[in-house]
Amino acid sequence: MGLVPGMIKGLGVTAKSAIETIFPDGPLKPPSPSKGAVTIQYPHEKEAPAPRARGVIALQEDNCTACMLCARECPDWCIYIEGHKEKAPPRRAGGKPRQKNKLDRFDIDFALCMYCGICVEVCPFDALFWSPEYEFSEPRIADLLHDKSRLAEWMETVPDFESYESGSEAKVRKVPR
Amino acid sequence: MTTQIPDLSEQEQLRYISQQAADARVNVEIETEGMTLNLGPQHPATHGTLRIIAKLDGEQVVAAEPVMGYMHRGYEKLAEVRTYPQVTTLVNRIDWVGSFANETPFILAAEKLMEVEAPPRAQYIRTILHEMSRIANVILGIGDMGVQVGAVTPIFFAFRDREYVLNQIEAVTGGRFHPNFDRIGGLKDDLPAGWIQNTKNAMEKVRDFCDQIEELMYGNEIFQARTRGIGIIPKDVGLAYGLSGVNIRGSGVDWDVRRDNMSPGLVYDQVDWKVWTHPDGDSYSRMWVRLQEVREGTKIVDQLLDQIPSGPIMAKVPRIIKVPAGEAYVETENPLGVMGYYVVSKGDLNPYRVKIRSASFNNVSITPWLLKGVYVPDIITILGSLYFILGDIDR
Amino acid sequence: MISILSVEIPYWGQTTFRVLGGLAAVLLPAGALVYIYLFKLMSFVQSRLGPMEAGPAGSLQLLAEVGKAFQKEDIFPRKADKLVFAAAPFVVLMSTFLLILVVPFGPDAWFVNLDTGIFFALAVSSVSVIGILMAGWASASKYSLLGGLRAAGQLIAYELPLVLAVMGVVIQAGTLNMQEIVYAQAEGEIFGISGIGNPFIITQFIGFAIFLIAMQAELTQPPFDMPVAESELVSGYMTEYSGIRFLLFFIGEFATAGVFSMIASVLFLGGWWVPGLDPDSNLFNILGPAVLFGKVMLVTFLIFWFRFTYPRFREDQLQKLAWKVLIPLSLVNIVATGILKVVF
Repeated sequence: MGLVPGMIKGLGVTAKSAIETIFPDGPLKPPSPSKGAVTIQYPHEKEAPAPRARGVIALQEDNCTACMLCARECPDWCIYIEGHKEKAPPRRAGGKPRQKNKLDRFDIDFALCMYCGICVEVCPFDALFWSPEYEFSEPRIADLLHDKSRLAEWMETVPDFESYESGSEAKVRKVPR
Repeated sequence: MTTQIPDLSEQEQLRYISQQAADARVNVEIETEGMTLNLGPQHPATHGTLRIIAKLDGEQVVAAEPVMGYMHRGYEKLAEVRTYPQVTTLVNRIDWVGSFANETPFILAAEKLMEVEAPPRAQYIRTILHEMSRIANVILGIGDMGVQVGAVTPIFFAFRDREYVLNQIEAVTGGRFHPNFDRIGGLKDDLPAGWIQNTKNAMEKVRDFCDQIEELMYGNEIFQARTRGIGIIPKDVGLAYGLSGVNIRGSGVDWDVRRDNMSPGLVYDQVDWKVWTHPDGDSYSRMWVRLQEVREGTKIVDQLLDQIPSGPIMAKVPRIIKVPAGEAYVETENPLGVMGYYVVSKGDLNPYRVKIRSASFNNVSITPWLLKGVYVPDIITILGSLYFILGDIDR
Repeated sequence: MISILSVEIPYWGQTTFRVLGGLAAVLLPAGALVYIYLFKLMSFVQSRLGPMEAGPAGSLQLLAEVGKAFQKEDIFPRKADKLVFAAAPFVVLMSTFLLILVVPFGPDAWFVNLDTGIFFALAVSSVSVIGILMAGWASASKYSLLGGLRAAGQLIAYELPLVLAVMGVVIQAGTLNMQEIVYAQAEGEIFGISGIGNPFIITQFIGFAIFLIAMQAELTQPPFDMPVAESELVSGYMTEYSGIRFLLFFIGEFATAGVFSMIASVLFLGGWWVPGLDPDSNLFNILGPAVLFGKVMLVTFLIFWFRFTYPRFREDQLQKLAWKVLIPLSLVNIVATGILKVVF
């Protein structure tokens, strides 16, 4: 009926929302807006991203064979790999020395990266993983080119793969530690 | 400029001339200088870089013309030099607030060419994610409409409750905005444990948001006064301009690709849902249909979550994808309207040509017709109710 | 305000005292309501916390904002009318400082005790229209021009209901003097009950509602914020301003909100007086400003509550509301008040 009800209801919605924020435990308890608010005071407390969150790419250096699959599949070509072949000591005494690909350079330019995850997906040797770590900003854009030692550091922040929802036939993979 | 004087008798001619002179006098006295107002490309209401050149007479719009292309990124051309798996990560960026839905039609088109079909579990999860990106997108559109009409609170409510949906999308795909989760022949990964229950909780939150926003915004008499009877799109004009999605359903056209032309690979036929329409065709009816669409979306997601079959999530597809030569067009009902990909393949790793039909481009092209004669504040509410995403216009 | 101090103060001292008092009376409520309502309450409504870093719970945020505005470059558009452009914010702020002059804070605490106080207040409040028009015209920007013209149309249209709503109070109190309006409420009685006096909000409720709506429009707060309408006109008449001059507009907006609420609480809520105490006691010279401040916070709470909740009107709808609803209603209110005044 006319002008009043809808506008009064709207006032009620905003008032209720404010009360829910200020008194999250009910109106008789002491106010604690920091609990009622949905926001997080970032530098003081941190949000826990989902384990699958694509934060930064971590490198398990031992597993990498410099096969260049990731660099080739990357849509914006932001992975730089250099390697050389070297002779590893033979597995058994008296055998022939093995040939091994040694990684010299593995850089990802995170200023170019668009976090699509194709490199992680195509890696056949379990060398690349997503870490939910997100605090790696730099004051200069050129500093976002991270080398293999920095990428290897992030390996610690990679969480274990989650178990799957019921009905799934997929196998839970393991993170090499 | 010469005026053709019709064949008249002398007396009539004299009267005609004097009448014209009188008209001219009046015109000179009343005539005011028009003003051209450039809305955009940098303007708070165009959320992006749409530019509208509006010729004003006072506060009334005499003519308006949208100028697009300030954010053109050339995705159709870029797709020609990307492999099929790489294209999904590009098309994520077309409609960036409902991005999973951009992948679906492209993947479906590629699947159609390759003649593979995703396993049922993948089809269900794909449909769920498609519908969740619709919810995430349309919620933001509703909140944004609040800002366009000058209310500050709805957009914060929208962002608050959209976050629950985005968290669920992130939990399964790893990306909040750019999931890149759809693959030819299935999905990248399966659902993590506990996801179904959490998603149901998120849908509950979204339904609460719908009730809240209905009381706060839709029920408000000022909002109704600002949107009712403003920007009316008649059925035939809307169809002639190629409008789709909510914008045409708001004009009373009962057409939804999800129901009428569902392509294989999505499972909308397995659930019980309703296509909402509104006969009025004004800004309010478009926003009203949007709200109902969100509610319907939560119902679809809830039903699909209960029905997910077990099984694999990936069909047998070669590791290096080469799509056989041929052409395929697949369209789906995306948050902003009908989105389609016309993929031409010559049997290479890359598509030979991709034509993207994005909904917002057509939706915005009606503005010159629609904005004629409205007031300056109405430009904003009409644009808000058409609800476009700049990336979806310019691609 | 001077008479409460028994010591003799030289003229320059008195002047300094008055200037400082005026600044405090304008800026303190403005700062308080910007922090409490605009920063904090608005955030709580939207399920967030608002500023938290500057000072305890972000209480020094406003100072940080002021400091930021001071650092910014004072930009003049190339085609702007420099002198008018520079002067406009001061004209707007001047009307606020003129308004505070007639507001009584206690039985002896006032700046000027004009016999035609409320008349003066309503007259000088229109000065800000000139400032806004100056800003809109001198900016040489289409958005500013539209904003300025909208503001002029709106402020002039809502001046009328504002004045007419006050008329009811003036008829009932029988005076234009703001101090005496307070006394009329303190000493009046309603239906023979003299305990709570007669705050005019009870008898003049329609007047209060009209005054509140018209005030909202005069302050260009949502739902009447078309002159600044950030989603349409970018920032209306303030679009081209930056730095300190933008800050002046900002202060002007919220200081005027505070001062108008003072006038509203003087007219309708009994001003500095609280029920149950003798209005002549010297106590009120100290307590009065605090009481008035409390009432101001009550009135501004309503203003800001509407601000969070409502979308804005369109230009023509706003004019319709003023001319077709508020003005006839306030005329009816005046007639009814007049009749009742004669009858009782």
